[in-house]
Amino acid sequence: MPENSIYIARSSAIAARALAGEMMVMNSADSTFFTLNEVATAIFQAADGCTPLRDIVRDRICEQFEVDPEQAQADAEQFVTELSAHGILRVSDRPLPAETSQQASR
Amino acid sequence: MTAPQKTACVEIGGIPIALSTTSDSFLELLRQRYDGFLSSSRPEFELEFDLTAPGPGSDDDVRVHHNKNDNDKNDVGAWILERGDFHARWDPHTGRGQVRQNSNPYSLDSVMRILHSLILAERGGFLLHAASAICDGRAYLFSGVSGAGKTTMTRLAPPDITLLTDEISYLRPKAGGYSAFGTPFAGELARPGENCSAPVAALFFLEKGPANRVDELSSTEAVRRLMRNILFFAEDPGLVEKLFAVACDFVDTVPIRRLTFYPDARVWDEVRKFDGHFEPNSNHNSFSNVEGVPEHA
Repeated sequence: MPENSIYIARSSAIAARALAGEMMVMNSADSTFFTLNEVATAIFQAADGCTPLRDIVRDRICEQFEVDPEQAQADAEQFVTELSAHGILRVSDRPLPAETSQQASR
Repeated sequence: MTAPQKTACVEIGGIPIALSTTSDSFLELLRQRYDGFLSSSRPEFELEFDLTAPGPGSDDDVRVHHNKNDNDKNDVGAWILERGDFHARWDPHTGRGQVRQNSNPYSLDSVMRILHSLILAERGGFLLHAASAICDGRAYLFSGVSGAGKTTMTRLAPPDITLLTDEISYLRPKAGGYSAFGTPFAGELARPGENCSAPVAALFFLEKGPANRVDELSSTEAVRRLMRNILFFAEDPGLVEKLFAVACDFVDTVPIRRLTFYPDARVWDEVRKFDGHFEPNSNHNSFSNVEGVPEHA
């Protein structure tokens, strides 16, 4: 396993809902909203805490959306950085334990 | 010897609440303020008022939070509602609360609105910063920021329209949709709504413009606008999550449009033309990676 692997997990303090093809995510602590496009939604949904981001990009993004792997990885890391800054995703260099989920996702 | 409590039961949105006071003059104020909403139903909840010296309302921010008094273990779960002009404690488990405020009616209205917002949050409903009115047996909601035209829409309403409110709309889930109820909470119109209800046909977000026009909104934009206009004060992430889920359900269920209008009576022709057939709120594709807009419920 590469040392620089990034692991991401959805925070338990969020509510998420797919609406007409878009994913809305809300941080329930401060009522901040985010609307995710298809690529961002794929990453968000795959954020299980145990799959490295690199694998998510390779298996869920590059294959489905036919994008350049390096660019996709860079975009994904930027996206992860933004969402973690808003408390939507947890990020670690090692697998993350599951939190008790309170999501309203469906 | 303590003066006896006198009670008026006020039923807004089908939820009867007993309001008790020892003051004859405050009881009279209650009865006048909520005339049309007085009820003989058995109260579901009770609020007891303890009056302080007369004073004005307050422009301070409202705080609604759980009681954090560790010395009172029996009070865990109670809500504390506070602003410069009132302090209230509300226990959702017993359905009882105490309010300490002056006799200012604006303070009274604020406490009642907050209390209803808490009760509704548990029942899948909400209070919306919106005018509402019944037209041809169905309720239409008109929401927007101050100055967007909520009161203007009610002033322009034809005589056969029943006003529910020009300021705070009361919404509860009912029979696969939502019903709007009249409220006594008036805005600039200074006129309470009628005490009746109807199924919601549509919600319009208002904007003034050179001509009348109805546009679709994406579902995500509709949820965003809806959450921005829901009255909710409680510092409770769990209830905020519930509210978000309710807002999403509302957007799934009720047609939501943007109504740009020129302020004359013809705008009601546009409302009547909107037949209210359910059409899913449209999908607006966004290719941005992430769009974050801080807002507050």
